[in-house]
Amino acid sequence: MDDLLREFLTETNESLNLVDAQLVRFEQEPNNGAILGNIFRLVHTIKGTCGFLALPRLETLTHAAETLMGKFRDGMPVTAEAVTLILSTIDRIKSILDAIEKSEQEPAGGDGDLIDLLGRMARKEAAAPPQVAPPPPPAPAPIELKTPDAPEKADKQDKLAAERPEEDRGDRLANHSIRVNVDTLDHLMTTVSELVLTRNQLLEIVRRHEESDFKVPLQRLSNVTAELQEGVMKTRMQPIGNAWQKLPRVVRDLCAELGKDIELTMRGADTELDRQVLDLVKDPLTHLVRNCADHGIESPAERIAAGKPAKGTIRLSAWHEGGHIIIEISDNGRGLDLAGIKAKVVEKGFASEAQLAAKSEAEICNYIFAAGFTTAAKVTSISGRGVGMDVVRSNIEQIGGTVDLKSVSGAGTTFTIKIPLTLAIVSALIVEAGGERFAIPQLAVLELVRAGHNGEHRIEHIKDAPVLRLRNKLLPLVRLKEVFRLGACDDENGFVVVTQVGSQVFGVVVDGVFHTEEIVIKPMSSKLRHIPVFSGTTILGDGSVIMIIDPNGVSQALGRAAAAAARAENSELQSREEESDEDTVSLLVFRAGSQQPKAVPLSLVTRLEEIDCRKIEISDGRHLVQYRDQLMPLLRIDAESSLKKEGAQPILVFSDQGRSMGLVADEIIDIVEERLNIEVSSDRPGVLGYAVIKGATTEIIDVGHFLPQAFADWFRRRDPSAVRQTRSVLLVDDSAFFRELLAPLIKAAGYRVVAAASAADALAALKSDARFDLIVTDIEMPDMDGFALAEAVRAMPAAAAVPIIALATMVSAETVERGRAAGFHDFVAKFDRAGLVAAIKEQGADLNRAA
Amino acid sequence: MTAMNDIQLSDYVTFTTAGQMFGLPIECVQDVFKPTSITRVPLAGPEIAGVLNLRGRIVTAIELRSRLGLAARDAGQVAMAIGIESRGESFGLLVDTVGEVLKLPDEEREPNPINLDRNLGRVAAGVYRLDGNLLVVLDIDRVLDLSPEAAAA
Repeated sequence: MDDLLREFLTETNESLNLVDAQLVRFEQEPNNGAILGNIFRLVHTIKGTCGFLALPRLETLTHAAETLMGKFRDGMPVTAEAVTLILSTIDRIKSILDAIEKSEQEPAGGDGDLIDLLGRMARKEAAAPPQVAPPPPPAPAPIELKTPDAPEKADKQDKLAAERPEEDRGDRLANHSIRVNVDTLDHLMTTVSELVLTRNQLLEIVRRHEESDFKVPLQRLSNVTAELQEGVMKTRMQPIGNAWQKLPRVVRDLCAELGKDIELTMRGADTELDRQVLDLVKDPLTHLVRNCADHGIESPAERIAAGKPAKGTIRLSAWHEGGHIIIEISDNGRGLDLAGIKAKVVEKGFASEAQLAAKSEAEICNYIFAAGFTTAAKVTSISGRGVGMDVVRSNIEQIGGTVDLKSVSGAGTTFTIKIPLTLAIVSALIVEAGGERFAIPQLAVLELVRAGHNGEHRIEHIKDAPVLRLRNKLLPLVRLKEVFRLGACDDENGFVVVTQVGSQVFGVVVDGVFHTEEIVIKPMSSKLRHIPVFSGTTILGDGSVIMIIDPNGVSQALGRAAAAAARAENSELQSREEESDEDTVSLLVFRAGSQQPKAVPLSLVTRLEEIDCRKIEISDGRHLVQYRDQLMPLLRIDAESSLKKEGAQPILVFSDQGRSMGLVADEIIDIVEERLNIEVSSDRPGVLGYAVIKGATTEIIDVGHFLPQAFADWFRRRDPSAVRQTRSVLLVDDSAFFRELLAPLIKAAGYRVVAAASAADALAALKSDARFDLIVTDIEMPDMDGFALAEAVRAMPAAAAVPIIALATMVSAETVERGRAAGFHDFVAKFDRAGLVAAIKEQGADLNRAA
Repeated sequence: MTAMNDIQLSDYVTFTTAGQMFGLPIECVQDVFKPTSITRVPLAGPEIAGVLNLRGRIVTAIELRSRLGLAARDAGQVAMAIGIESRGESFGLLVDTVGEVLKLPDEEREPNPINLDRNLGRVAAGVYRLDGNLLVVLDIDRVLDLSPEAAAA
C-alpha cells in the first residue's frame, strides 16, 4: 500500500475516534464552542486530505458534513437528529475507509442519501430559527455538492486555512508527539534488555577488581542504562482513556436504541498501563459497559417509579494500586436480578436449589460469569447472547487479572477489574532445586517457610505424600526436585514456598531461596511449550537463562484428585475458602478389609505407622506389638480385614493418656479436606455411617467403638467407680458429624444421649423433657450460639441448675471468661474425647454430691 | 568459466558429530558459536540440551547426538553450536566440531542410501561423496521437528 495512503488511514481512524467522543460531549453541551470547533476541524482535515489523495466519494461526503457543522459553528441550534445524522455520516466514512484499507480504492456506490439529508438540514435549519442568530447567507452547500469544481473549493479551503492558525493554537500541545511503529518499540525494548544484561555482566567483572579505572565510567553507564530502560518502558505505556474512547458513542447509541437516558462519566482516563494489556482489556470493558446500559440501567419510567432520577449513570474509573491497575465500572441501575439468576442456575443445571440456598448473594451473583449463562429474557442485539460474561472473565484472567462484582438490589452493580500494569515484567521469586534456578511468579506466593528437623516446621509424611503442619492446617507439599526429576529430595534442609492457585493452597519444596527479581518474561521455545510446569523463560541479571514456573502446572503434580477438587471448586465460581475453613474436616482415607474406602477424622489419629510384621505378636487371641516401650493392641476393623503376613503393616495409631491402640489398615489412600456429610447412618458396630468423599462412598469409622475393645477401661480409667445410674445428657451441635461422633462416646460412658442439631432444638427438648442432668454444647453454631443457649438455659426455671459443658474448637482466655459469665461449667476442646468424658463424669460427681 | 556457470552450486556449512561429517545449507545457518552456561530444562526431551542466552536472545540448544540416537559426548569434549533461525525462534544445534564452508554442485548430491540408519535417514536430505569422506546433508526442518511421531523410534 502507498505510504501516503497508509498514513492517511491511520491518522483518519484516529481522528474519527476522537470525533466520536467529542460529538457525544457536544450533544450534551451544544453551547460549547471549543468542542464544536474541534469537531469541525477534524472533519475538515479529513476532507482536505481526501482531496489530496483523490478520494472523491469520501471528499463529497465529508464536505457535506462539514457544511452542516459549519452552520452549527455559526450559531445554528444543535438538535438530537442533527447529531444522529452526523454520527451516521461518520459511520459511513468509516465503512468507506475500511473498504479503502482492503482494496486500496474507494468502494463503488454513492452517498446521495446522506448528502441529501445533510444538505437539507443545513438549509432548513438555517432558515428556521431567525431569532437565534442573524440569518446566515443562503447556503451554497447544495450547489457545491452537485458540481464540486476545483477553483471554488480551493478558494474555500484557502479561506479555512486562513482561519486555522488562531484556532489551532490551543491544541498545538497535542501535536508534540510522533507516531512510532509498535515493532520499533518492541525491538527497542529487547535491545535495552540486552544492554541491561551486558551492564550487569560488566558490573560483576568490575566488582572482582578492587582498583579499576572502569569503576566511575561504569557507574555512569549503569545510571544511564537504568534511565534508558525506564524511558523505553514508558513508551509502551498508554493511558487507559484510549480504551475508553469508543464507549461514549456505544452508550449513546444504546440509549437511542433502548429509549434510555444514560450518562457516562469517566475518571482516571490518564491512568497508564502497558499497551499490550490495554489491547486485551478493551473488549471486556466495552462488553461490561454495554451490559450495564442494557441490563443495569432501567428505563426512565421505571427509574422515576423507583424514585430515582430519570437519567441513569454509568461510572468508569481507573486508578493505580500496588503493581496493578484497578478499573471499576458501576451503574446506579436496578442491580442484579437474584431470583432470575437463581432460576437460571437451576434451569441450566449449574447447581441445585439446595446448593443455592447455602450460598451467599455474592456467590450467586458470580454465576453470571459461567459459560452459557444469560438471564436476559429476550436476546437483544446489544447483549444477552450468553457469550459475554464468561468471555469477559476468561479474557481478564488470561492476562493475570481478576474480575469481581458487587450488586445491591435497586441501587446498582459494580464490576471491579484488577489487572497487572504490564505483562512483560513481573516480580518473581528465584529458587533453587537440584542445582538449577527457577523463577516463581511472586503473585502466586503467599509465604515462605523454612523446613527442617530443628526448626518449628517439619515435613511429615502420610504414606508417600509429604505434608507440612502450618498453623493448624495440613499443607500438601510438592517437591520441585521430584516434579522435575532432578533427583531425590532432602527434606531436612529445604524451604517451602506456600503457593496459591485459585483456591488451592499448597507448598512447593525447594532446596534454596535466593531473592525476588523483576523479570522480563520471554516466550518459551515451541519445543518446550508442551511442558505444563513452565510458563516462560527469562534472563537473569547475571545473564543466565532460567525457566519460569507455572504454579498451575505444578499444582497438577499434587495428584489428580487434588487437582480435580481444585477444578471443581473453581467451576463453582467461588472461592469458598472461608466456608471450607469452617466446615471442612481433614479426613484420613484408608482401606481395610473390603474394597470400600474408610475414613476417620485426621485429628483423632495420633500417628501413622508401618510396623514390621515380624514384630507383631499374638497373645490371648489378640494381636499386640511393642510400640514405644509399651504393648499396643492391634485391632481389625472387621472380620474381613486381616494382618499382613510379611513386610510392613500400616496402622493408624490412636493415643491417649500414654496408652495407644493400633487400627490395622491395608493401605492409606489419601488425606482429604471435605465437608463431612454423613448421608446414610449405619447399624454396623464401628461404622458411624457413609459419606461421599471424593466421589466414592466411604465408611466413616467410629473410633469410639474400638477404643474400649483395646482397653476395656479406656473411658473408665480415671473414675473407677463407674456411674451406674442412667443419667441423660443433652448434646447440642450443629454438625451432624460431631453429633454422630460424640453421642456413642457419651453413651459408652454410661449416659443416655439426646442430640439436638441447634440451640432452638435444644431449648425445645429442655421444655418438653426437663430431666437432663447435663448439657454438652458446641459454641459456634449458626443463629444461636452456645453462649446464647447457656443464657437461655439459665433463664429457664426448670433447667437453670443443669451444668453445661462447652465444646470449643479454640479455647482462649476471653472465651472462658465469657463462658463463665454465660453459665458454662466447663470447657472441653472439641476433639478431646477423653477430656469430655472426664468433664462429664466430674460434673456428674458434683451432681452426686449435690444430691 | 562458462562451464562453471552451468553448474548450480550450493554452499554448505560442514561439521562433524561422532565422527560423521554433516552439512547444512548456508542459508539456514545464522552463526556459529561456542555455547556457554546452558541451563538444563527439566522434563524436556533428551534432544533438548537446554536454553542459553546468546546476546540477549534465548536460544534453545538441541543436541544432535541425542537427536540421532548416538551416545553422549565424552566428558571434557567441548561442543560447538550452529545458530539457526527457524520460524522466529533461535536454536543452537550442538555438534562436535565445525568445519569449513564447502561449495558443492547440486547435481552431485545423491539420495539417501536405503540402508541408512533410520534415525539419520529421518533428518538427512541426501549425501555427497567427497574425497575420503561422506557428507550427509541435513534437512533442518526435520532436525527441529521434535514432535512425538517424528521422535518415536
